[in-house]
Amino acid sequence: MRDGTKPKLAVWKFASCDGCQLTLLNCEDQLLTIADNIQIAYFPEATRAEVEGPYDLSLVEGSVTTPHELERIKGIREQSKFLITIGACATAGGIQALRNFKDVDEFTSIVYASPEYITTLKTSTPISDHVEVDFELRGCPISVEQLVEVLSAFLFDRRPQIPTYSVCVECKRRGIPCVMVSQGKACLGPVTQAGCGALCPYFNRGCYSCFGPKETPNPRSLSRQMEEMGYSEDQLLRVYRTFNAFAEPFRKESTYHEQENN
Amino acid sequence: MYQEVDMAKLNPESVVILQKDDLAKLLNILRSHSYQTIGPTLRENAIVYDEIQGMEDLPIGWTDSQEKGSYRLEKRNDDAYFGYNVGPYSWKTYLSPARVRVCNASRSENGFNVVQETGNAPNYAFIGVRPCDVKAIKILDKVFINDFCVDNVYGNRRKQSFIVAVNCTEAGNTCFCSSMGTGPKSEEGFDLCLTEIVTEQSHFFVTEIGSDKALEVLEALSPQTASESEIKEAERRIENAAQSMGRNLNTDRIHDLMFDNYRHPQWDDIAERCLSCANCTMVCPTCFCNTVEEKTDLEGDNAERWRIWDSCFTLEYSYIHGGSVRHSTKSRYRQWMTHKLASWHDQFDTSGCVGCGRCITWCPVGIDITEEVSAIRNSSTVPEETVDQPR
Repeated sequence: MRDGTKPKLAVWKFASCDGCQLTLLNCEDQLLTIADNIQIAYFPEATRAEVEGPYDLSLVEGSVTTPHELERIKGIREQSKFLITIGACATAGGIQALRNFKDVDEFTSIVYASPEYITTLKTSTPISDHVEVDFELRGCPISVEQLVEVLSAFLFDRRPQIPTYSVCVECKRRGIPCVMVSQGKACLGPVTQAGCGALCPYFNRGCYSCFGPKETPNPRSLSRQMEEMGYSEDQLLRVYRTFNAFAEPFRKESTYHEQENN
Repeated sequence: MYQEVDMAKLNPESVVILQKDDLAKLLNILRSHSYQTIGPTLRENAIVYDEIQGMEDLPIGWTDSQEKGSYRLEKRNDDAYFGYNVGPYSWKTYLSPARVRVCNASRSENGFNVVQETGNAPNYAFIGVRPCDVKAIKILDKVFINDFCVDNVYGNRRKQSFIVAVNCTEAGNTCFCSSMGTGPKSEEGFDLCLTEIVTEQSHFFVTEIGSDKALEVLEALSPQTASESEIKEAERRIENAAQSMGRNLNTDRIHDLMFDNYRHPQWDDIAERCLSCANCTMVCPTCFCNTVEEKTDLEGDNAERWRIWDSCFTLEYSYIHGGSVRHSTKSRYRQWMTHKLASWHDQFDTSGCVGCGRCITWCPVGIDITEEVSAIRNSSTVPEETVDQPR
C-alpha cells in the first residue's frame, strides 16, 4: 500500500465448491508477487497460519445457505475494510440456488436418513443480500486475470477494469464465428457478462453464462429467437437455471418458461 | 486463342484476363514481394479472412446462405473461388485490429520510462475484397487519415496494403449494396479487381488494373487481353447480382428522416428486441470505435496501454461523470443507426453504411436495419414536406 505496509488479506468460504479460492492459488507465476505485496492473513485453503483481524481486504466465496452463515458473514463484514465477493455463488447464489425454486424440506427428507439433524435455510442467497459488498467478481469459477486485476486495482487504489458488457464483444474481438448464427446453437453470450474470453464459443459451444447477466440484459428477446430455432419451453427453462439461476434477469426468464411449460 | 498483352501498353484502368492458374501465381508473386496474403478461408462454420498460403486455402466450391440472424455454409455445384458473400469479419480486423498495444511504461529512478510501440505493420495483400468492403475501407480512410489526425495503427497498415477486389456476381439474402451505391461492382479503391467467370469449359477472371503497383505485379504473369465478349459477360454477371439483392434500403432524404424521427415509436419496438450485445458494431466494416485500457502489474512497476475495439452499445461507452448518457437500449440503437445513416454524412461526408448486410445476418435476434428504416419511413412522424426544411 502507499504507506509501505502490506495489506492484510482474508479469504472466506461459504456454501461453495472452493473453485474460486483455488483460482487464487492457480495464479502460479503471480502468486509469489501477490504474497510479496499482500499479507495472506487468513486463507485456510492455503495455510494453517492465521493472523487475527481486522483485515484490509476480504475475498468471500460461496453463498449463504444456513442460519450460521447468516451470522458469520456479518462478523466478517465488521472486520473487513473492503469486501469483495468472488464467483457465482457469492454473487448470485450459485448452482445451489436451484433450491430456491423448490421445497427444501422435501429434498432433505429424501436425501437424509435423519433430516431433523439438518439445519438449513430455504434459500441460497448472494452475500450482497445480507451485508454491503464493495465489489463483485463474477464467474464460475472467476478468471485469474480478473482476480489479479482486482487485486492490483485494490493495491493502487484505482477502479478495477472489469467490463460489464456482453461475451459477444470478447467473442468478436477473438475472431470467433458466432455459434448461434452460424450453427443454430443456443448461446447465452448476448445476455452474459464478459470475463471468460468467450471460452465456450472458442471451443465451438454455446455460452452457459458462467459470468451471469450482463448490463441491461434482454433474455426475453434472446429466448424468443431460441424458440424460433426449435428450443422448447423446458429447454429454455434449463438454459437459465444454472450457476446464475437466481440472478434476477435469469430468475425472471426461467420462471416465465416454467409457467409457460405448465 | 488468346493474345498475350504487351505490358508497355497497359495502364491503370486496363482490362486483362487472368486464368485460374494465374491467380495462384499472383499469390506467389505477392508473397515474394513480402506481402502477407490475407483472404477468405473456412473456419469452423463460416468463411473468415485469414492468412492464405495458396489458392487451396480458399473456400473453393462453397457458398453461404444468409438470412437475418442466420448464416449457413453450403456446397456449390461448381468450383468457384469466390462463390459466396461476406462473412462475420471484415478487413478492419487487419487494418484496425481488435487489440493493439499502444505503449508501455516501466518505473525508473526518476519516474517512468514510456516506450511507444514502433507502429511497424505487416504488408498486407487482401485477396477477395468485395465492392462493399472496398468502399468501407475508403470510409475508414476518411475516419483514420484526415486533416485533423492520422492514426498510425491504421495509417501504416493501410498505406502498405494491396487490394485485390472481387466483384459480386451473386448477391446474398441480406445484401443491399445496390441501394447504398457501393456495389456489386467496384469502381475504385483497388489495385486489381477481378470478376470471376466459371463455366463448364473455363474458369477465368476479367481483371481491371487499378494502380501502378498492380502493373508491376502483373508483369511476371503475362496476362491476356480481354475480349469484348468477355468484358460483356462479366458485366452481365455483375448485373445479375444487382438484380438479385436480398434487401433494399430507400436512402431518399435519409439524413433528415433519421433526425426528424428521433421520437418515433419504432425505437421502442426495436429496443424490445435489441440485446445491446454489440454484435452489429463488431461485424460492421466501418464501425471504428476503440477504447483505451491501462493495466498495471501487482508491483506497480509496469503499466501497459492497449487500444481495443469498443462499441456504442455498451454502457461504458457513454459514461461521463455521473453515469452513462445512453442508459436505455433504445437510445443506444438509435444512436448507432442515426450515426451510421445520417450524422456520418455530416461528419465524414459519406454514409457510414455500405449495404454489406453483416449487421442483419450476425444479429443474434435478426434485427434488420433495412426493415427498421422502412418501418420508420412508412409511419414517419414528421410530415414529408417539412423534411427538407432546416430546423
